[in-house]
Amino acid sequence: MSAEAAVFYVFAVITVGAAAVVVLARSLIYSAFALLFAFFGVAGLYVLLGADFLAATQLLIYVGGILVLLLFGVMLTHKLYDLDLKSEVTQFLPGLIVSAGIFGLLALTATRTRWATGVGRPPEATTTDIGRLFMSSYLLPFEAASVLLLVALMGAAMIVRRRKDA
Amino acid sequence: MISLQHYLVVSAALFALGVLGVLTRRNAVNVLMGVELILNSANLNLVAFSRYGTGNMQGQLFAVFVIVIAAAEVAVALAIVLTLYRLRRTPNLDEADFLRG
Repeated sequence: MSAEAAVFYVFAVITVGAAAVVVLARSLIYSAFALLFAFFGVAGLYVLLGADFLAATQLLIYVGGILVLLLFGVMLTHKLYDLDLKSEVTQFLPGLIVSAGIFGLLALTATRTRWATGVGRPPEATTTDIGRLFMSSYLLPFEAASVLLLVALMGAAMIVRRRKDA
Repeated sequence: MISLQHYLVVSAALFALGVLGVLTRRNAVNVLMGVELILNSANLNLVAFSRYGTGNMQGQLFAVFVIVIAAAEVAVALAIVLTLYRLRRTPNLDEADFLRG
C-alpha cells in the first residue's frame, strides 16, 4: 500500500467515522465536536486532492466560522449548565433504510460508471489560479456571492432582533 | 493507487449520513449539522472531479461558492432557530407548527 493510499484511508475513516458520530451521538455537544473532526477529515482529503486553497478555506470557514456558529446555536437554544443536551431521534428505522438505499445507489453508480477521467491536474499551488479566475471569468458570481453574504448578514440580524411591537 | 471512485464512495457515505441526520433528528441544530455534512460531500465530489477530470479549476471554484452559501445558510437558519426557541422554548422542529390549520 502506497503512502498516498494510507493517508487517504486514514482521512476517509476519520471523516466517515466522525460523520457517523455526528448523526448517531445522543448528546448535541458530542455531535458538534465530531463535526469538527469530520471537517478536518474533509480538509485532509482536499490536501490529498491537491486543493490547498480549499483546504485552508475549509479550516477557516467551516471550523472557524460555521462550527462556532453551530455551537452558539446549541448554547442559545438550551439552558446553560443544563447537562441534558440530548437530541431526540425519531423515525430511525425508516431514515436508516432511506439513507442506506441512497448510499447503495450512489456507491454503485460511482463504482460502476466508466468516468471520463482525463490526465488530471498535477498537484500544484492553486491560489493564484483561483484568484485569477475569480477576477476574470467568474467575476459576476463572485460579486453575487458577496451580495448574498451581505443580505444573509442583514437578514439574520433582522430575523433574530427583538421587536418592540411584538 | 487512489482513484476517483474512492473519493466518490467516501462522498456518498458522507451524503447518506447527512441525510440520515436530517431525517431522524428532532433538534433543529442537529438537522443543520446534517445539512453541513451533505454540503461537504457535494464539495468533495466537485474537488475530486476537478482533480481527476479534465484538469481545470472549475470544480474548486464551485466548491468555494458552496462554502460561501453554506456560511450564509447556517447564519440565517440559526436566526430562525433562535426565533423558534424564543417563541416555543424548544429547538425541536416538529413543534414548529404555527401554520397548522
